[in-house]
Formats: sequence, structure tokens, C-alpha cells
Amino acid sequence: MKILTGNDLKTGAVIWWTGVGWSLDVDNAADVGEHGAAVIAREEGAQNVFAAYVIDGEKTAEGVRPAHIKDRIRALGPTVRPDLTRKASDPEAVNWVI
Amino acid sequence: MYKYDEYDQQMVDTRVAEFRDQVRRRLAGDLTEEQFRPLRLQNGLYLQLHAYMLRVAVPYGTLNSAQMKVLGDIADKYDRGYGHFTTRQNIQYNWIKLEDTPDILADLAKVEMHAIQTSGNCIRNISSDQFAGAAADELIDPRPYAELLRQWSSFHPEFLTLPRKFKIAVIASDTDRAAMRLHDIGIKMVKNANPENGGGEIGAQFYAGGGMGRTPMIGPMIREFVPLDQLITYSEACLRVYNRYGRRDNKYKARIKILVHELGRDEYVRQVEEEFRHLLTQGIEPPLAELERIKPYFADPAFETSLSDDLDLSDPDFRLWVERNTHAHKQSGYVIATVSLKPVGGIPGDASADQIRLMAQLAKDYSFDELRVTHAQNIVFPHVKKADLYTLWQKLDDAALSTANLDTVGDIIACPGLDYCSLANARSIPVAQKISQRFGSPEKQAEIGELKLKISGCINACGHHHAGHIGILGVDRKGVENYQLLLGGSEGADTSLGKITGPGFDEDGIVDAVEKATQVYLSKKQDGERFLDTYRRIGMDPFKEAIYG
Repeated sequence: MKILTGNDLKTGAVIWWTGVGWSLDVDNAADVGEHGAAVIAREEGAQNVFAAYVIDGEKTAEGVRPAHIKDRIRALGPTVRPDLTRKASDPEAVNWVI
Repeated sequence: MYKYDEYDQQMVDTRVAEFRDQVRRRLAGDLTEEQFRPLRLQNGLYLQLHAYMLRVAVPYGTLNSAQMKVLGDIADKYDRGYGHFTTRQNIQYNWIKLEDTPDILADLAKVEMHAIQTSGNCIRNISSDQFAGAAADELIDPRPYAELLRQWSSFHPEFLTLPRKFKIAVIASDTDRAAMRLHDIGIKMVKNANPENGGGEIGAQFYAGGGMGRTPMIGPMIREFVPLDQLITYSEACLRVYNRYGRRDNKYKARIKILVHELGRDEYVRQVEEEFRHLLTQGIEPPLAELERIKPYFADPAFETSLSDDLDLSDPDFRLWVERNTHAHKQSGYVIATVSLKPVGGIPGDASADQIRLMAQLAKDYSFDELRVTHAQNIVFPHVKKADLYTLWQKLDDAALSTANLDTVGDIIACPGLDYCSLANARSIPVAQKISQRFGSPEKQAEIGELKLKISGCINACGHHHAGHIGILGVDRKGVENYQLLLGGSEGADTSLGKITGPGFDEDGIVDAVEKATQVYLSKKQDGERFLDTYRRIGMDPFKEAIYG
């Protein structure tokens, strides 16, 4: 699947295109198929996102996950600070982030 | 330390107001990201892997307690409770919100700090010896000269759009603690050795064209002696030639090291000297009175005299820390103490807001209000009375800041790597953590002795891997992290560049390879040899054999 990510203008937070809007949760990322470029043009133009780009992703048992390690860390948090990942209470972040 | 005058303060305050308006226009949609990007970068605001990252300048690594406290407060108020001290003697925050940035810069300006020229193709923060003004082995304090260069290079209109970023280091001792020859320009303050030319006067020895990154180079000496009343003029000449002929056509060949290499040292020197002669006729040098105005800010604090040099070392943990983490001070009765930000299994260079504020308070109580950030990502208390050292150590120990591993295998330089950096290809920090755990015991570290290990998560070499006695470079092999091993680098007075041993390793494999390299050293070393000395004597082959055999 192709998923679309970028950064929130005010906060810089990593956000994901859900098909109708933007979410902080990669699990809500929608498959944009071949429409990524059009969504980027529209959403960046409306100042809803910046630095947006399309990446490869896949649906897994844990949820939607980017294909490349860099994007997985970007989506889920730094492997060396479990407290700053999406599962802050799980000390074994490295096992599921990458 | 230097205090802003009305012009310094006005420049910084004006920049805060200007950036506040730029952020307002960006958030209102009046500026596109393309328009805004160069503006935010000029104020040290990057977009990194997880959020905006703000890099705050710490000129020549020197801070007072009030500044350090504000750095801790910013970590709490605007970030996620910690900061990361960098190999440029700066601090970075990883989770900054754009809407908060003007307020952060305003908070910094109140304590005479900013984030200007911590990004972009300009002259960056000037680095120096972290022991400046305290070291027993220094000729003079290099910081007044670094400060003069800071003032010259700040907002210098001709050098704000150089072909590429430009880094300057200034030192004043034979022991190079600032990786001086791996800078675009390295300056060593020296005494003129030529008796026919005012022998004995203080001046500057210039090196140019050093650097790390994808094409590491050791900067050659380009002038043995520049008189103090020509320091800025000569610097200007070096920059002008680079600005004129640097490779703007190719980002990867745009640093001055490529120009010096392609022209050849002698031709670069010829052009600099020609420009220098021209500039001497233009009267651009500030009067020496300006240097004399700056110098008193760096005068020695009010050291007590006739203090005892005795230390009670009956506490074995304290004794180990003293042996590892303190250095001789120029004033009897005092010592330089370094706080390692490399606890076993920790993240190199990271400190919590509470730790930062504690170090601020301890500097106030025990180090004449002064701290230094080192390029090895540690913090220095430059002037500690020996009589206070045990109390200081106990307070550090209570805050998990007493790791006794300076310059050992556990004192690892590591860039943020793929955990934080959008340029990285591999993670650096987990490798550092595993190595520091593997070699965590004080006995093991003592057995190996001095070993500088440096890790970068990409070829840009922010982790200085080229200059490590052992260096590690993380690369991306078809989406999988892979780590190359280098041996034989040094950033000291004996500067050398490490050589790659051979094929790379996975994360666990590189830790094993480091251990094998240390085993070769331990089995082959002769009396008094460091790891680097043994490597230089026996060469790469025995190491390769052990690692790949």
C-alpha cells in the first residue's frame, strides 16, 4: 500500500493522511494508491501539512507500518527512548518499532 | 566570560522580533514552506525525523550558570524534558513546536544566547578547547580570540551565503582538545618563533581545509604566524578565496577542504596571500583596542592562593572518578572536573532538564559560575577547588552524573543517528549503548585505558567516526542497517584518519568486532602504549585477521 505522511505546520508533529484528514496515529493511515501527489498538492496548498511525501507501507497484525526502518522510527518513535514511543509503557520499544 | 554590550543584545533581540513575525506569517499562510525554510534555518530550526529540532549556539562551549539553567528550563517547558549536547559544543532539542520557537528564542536572549548561524552555509559556532582558561598546559586563553572571530563572523554580510557551511576552531595549547585540524579553518595561538620578527609575541597559526564528512581531510598549515593586529584581515582573506572559488556547482564538493585539495595547498596559500595583501590596504582590521576590551571578560576568576593540592582519595569510587575525569588546573589547589554524559547503557550527550539545572547550580556553587560543553558531548566544571571536589562528586553521584569513564571505551561520541536524524542511514545510539554495556566494568575500562570510540549514523560524520581510535559508520544496505569499522583515527595533536577494516557488520556483529579489536590491542601492546599507539606500530593486518579470520 502507499501511505502519505508529512508534518503538522504548528507543531511539526508527524502526521498521516487518513483519506479525509490527518492523524497523529499511523494506524489510521489510508492507502492513497496513485493519488498521493494530488493529495499533497491540495493539502499543502491549504496549509494543512508540509514536507509531505508518499511511502510504501503494509497492513500488519499490529496495524499499518511503513516499509522502511526510517519511516517506522518516524511513525512509532525513537527506539532508544521507549517512553517517547507510541507505546510509552513498553520498555521493549525496539522490538516493535523496527 | 563575555558579556553582551548594547549592540550584541540589540542584534539578538531584533532577530527574535524578526523571527516572531516570520513565524506569524508562516502560520497565517503568508509564507510557504519553501519561503520559510531558509528563514527558520538561519535561526537554527531544522525539521528532523519526529518534529522540529532547535540547535542553540554555545559560543566556544562556554556557559554560565544562568544560561545553563535556562537550557534546562527550555527542555522542560518546550521540549520533552531533556536536551542533547552536540559535537559542535552546542545543545539541540528534538521535539520543538514551531509556534513556541519565538518564545524560546526570547528566553534565550534574556541570558545572552541565541540559535543564529547554527545552520546554513555560513560561519557556524566557533569551537574551542573546553579547558580554555583553566588548563595547565595552555599558552594563553584562546577564548578572547574566538570571541573576536565570533563578532566578526556574526551577520557578516559577505559570508552568509558561502558555498557550504564553515567551521572554525581556536586552540592555544599543544594538546589539541578541539579537533582543530579537522575544521575548515583551525587556529592555534602561538608565540612567534622568529626572533627577527618580534620573536615571542603572541599570534595565530592558521590551518585550512580540514574536515570530516564524506571526504575527510586533515587541514594543512597555511601560515605559521599571523600577528594579532592582522587576525581578522587574514581570516577574511581565507574566506574570500573560498567564497570566490568554492564549488557551488556540487554540494558534495563545496566545502573548503575540496578547494584546498583541488587547488593544492600552495596555490590556495598564494591566492590567500594575494587577497591578504589587498585587504591590508583596506583597513578592515578592528583596532587592537577591541581585543583589549574583550580580554577582561575572560580574566581569571578570583582564585584563592596557597591552597592545598591534597585530596582524600580513601573512597575508591571517588578515587576512580578523580583519576579518570579530572585534569590539572593552571592554579594550584584547583582542578578541572569533567562530567561524563555517557552512563553505561545511556544515550551519549543527553541530559535531563533536572540534570542540566543541577549542573548549573553546581557550577555556581563550585566552579565560579562557569561550565563548558565539550565536543565529546560532556560537561566541564573548569575551576573546582580541590577541597570541594568530593562534595561536588557526591552531588553528581546522587544525580547519576558521576560515571568515571572519560576518554575510555565507554566515553563514546555518537550522533543522534536514525533515531532522530532525517539524514541518517542507521542508528548510532543503540550501538553506543551496547558497546558501553559490553565494556561497562571499570576494571575492563582500566585495562584498555585510553580509547576514543566514535559513531556516526551516516557519511556526514557528525559522530566524528573518521577521528576515532575506533570509528563506526552506519550505512543502509538495502534497507538494513550495516556498520563499518574503522581503526587508527585521531583528533588530537597527532591527527589521523581512520581506515576501514573491511566488510561491515550488523548491530551485534559490530560490538563483537570492537571487542576483538581491543583483544588484539591487549595481546600486542607494549608498555605505556594506548590502543592507537599499538595500532600505529603493528598496522591493520593483525586486527583484520582477528576480526575476520
